[in-house]
Amino acid sequence: MIALLLRDLRLAVRAGGGFGLGLAFFLIVVVLVPFGVGPEAEILSRIAPGILWVASLLAALLSLDRIFALDYEDGALALIATSPLPLEGAAFVKALAHWITTGLPLTLAAPALGFLLNLKPDAYWFLFISLALGTPALSMIGTFGAALTVGLRRGGLLMSLLVLPLYVPTLIFGAETVRRGAEGLTTTTPLVMVAGITAGVFAFLPFATAAALRINLR
Amino acid sequence: MPELGKYAVHVLSSYGLSLALLVGIVAVSLVRSRSVKARLEALEKQDG
Amino acid sequence: MSLWEYANPKKFMSFTAPILPVVTVAALVCLVSGLVWGFFFTPEDYRQGSTVKIFYIHVPSALMAINAWFMMLVASLIWLIRRHHVSALAAKAAAPVGIVMTLIALVTGAIWGQPMWGTWWAWDPRLTSFLILFLFYLGYVALWAAIDDPDTAADLTSVLCIVGSVFAVLSRYAVNFWNQGLHQGASLSMDAEENVADIFWYPALVAIAGFVLLFIALVLLRTRTEIRLRRIRALETRARRS
Repeated sequence: MIALLLRDLRLAVRAGGGFGLGLAFFLIVVVLVPFGVGPEAEILSRIAPGILWVASLLAALLSLDRIFALDYEDGALALIATSPLPLEGAAFVKALAHWITTGLPLTLAAPALGFLLNLKPDAYWFLFISLALGTPALSMIGTFGAALTVGLRRGGLLMSLLVLPLYVPTLIFGAETVRRGAEGLTTTTPLVMVAGITAGVFAFLPFATAAALRINLR
Repeated sequence: MPELGKYAVHVLSSYGLSLALLVGIVAVSLVRSRSVKARLEALEKQDG
Repeated sequence: MSLWEYANPKKFMSFTAPILPVVTVAALVCLVSGLVWGFFFTPEDYRQGSTVKIFYIHVPSALMAINAWFMMLVASLIWLIRRHHVSALAAKAAAPVGIVMTLIALVTGAIWGQPMWGTWWAWDPRLTSFLILFLFYLGYVALWAAIDDPDTAADLTSVLCIVGSVFAVLSRYAVNFWNQGLHQGASLSMDAEENVADIFWYPALVAIAGFVLLFIALVLLRTRTEIRLRRIRALETRARRS
């Protein structure tokens, strides 16, 4: 499992896409928003939690189709499926690798980008913690979506259509945490819900992902 | 025709749109059923 | 004699052939009488005026939008567990009907909301949940359309349907938490206090029966089409081989 994780991470770094591209995309979206809605600091600070969450969600989406596509094409996925490592474990590791290459950098960068959007000072901590708890769920759900569409030649667009509705609960609770944090309200409930979604998703979706992979490899 | 008052447009348009949608799905299903049935019969005749 | 015998495509075809016209006629009778009763022979609500008449379409379609997804979930489970092709095909057949029902509920809701709440659309929990349900339907249908091999498509869409159901319920709660809404509570709950008055209720019941029967008729018809398509596919493959 660790070997697979290291291999995926090494591939992501070597290909250069994983880290840089997602982060750059995140930055661009955040920069574009003020152009769209105007530079008033008040409005920006009100919509900042939502923008940062939606932007990180889109950035995570961007690199999903690489999770299985390359391995599927060169046959590595079939090897992984026949290896002694259970496919559920492989699915888990794939999601983890995706999170380390996209979710983690996004989480670390988001507070910095909060400055650009005039995020309220109280909210930084909540932005960081909600992204840290929520982005793993995004990666796992995305891995499931990628597994569903791995056999398709033009699966990217379809995968977005499948995955985005599944992101709704995570987004709602994640952004709500930050919004409440910014207003100084209690954030326990949404934060616990984000953590709960992540825990539940990692408990169950590896099985669904592995099932989808088996069907596609048949 | 009942007197619908000032909301006539709303009521009538929602009935109209809904019925149009229902008729639409029924029509699509029927047309497809017909054509598939015809294709199958042709194939089975060919097969003997 | 077991229920599962009807899962045999041939048996299903011969069993549903005489049933389909009966269900269709019953659906038409209920639908027409329910809607005519509701449209022509019910009084106006003292607050909402004539817009209550939208109720007879809005509530049944919303009900069916959810129940269609539920039926797809059950059919998907049956396919994954017992691998009856008819079950997978029925789920496929039901999805477009579910889309139409969701669309009707959304459209009539918007038209009703305009005079009552002063807005076509509000990010109210119920409305938002239905929009999300609509997106789930779209994804499901798109996945069916994208995969060539029928068994693979049936498997993958079934997995999606099950996972989607869990997330749909989760979204419902999340959306509830996110915004308190304008929409009234359940109009059909067992709690009599909240229920609508009988005079609106009886025609609505007939209309609901009509929508349910129409849904069954459409699903039967479309499932039969899918079974025939499957047969065409098999025949063509055989012809190509020989």
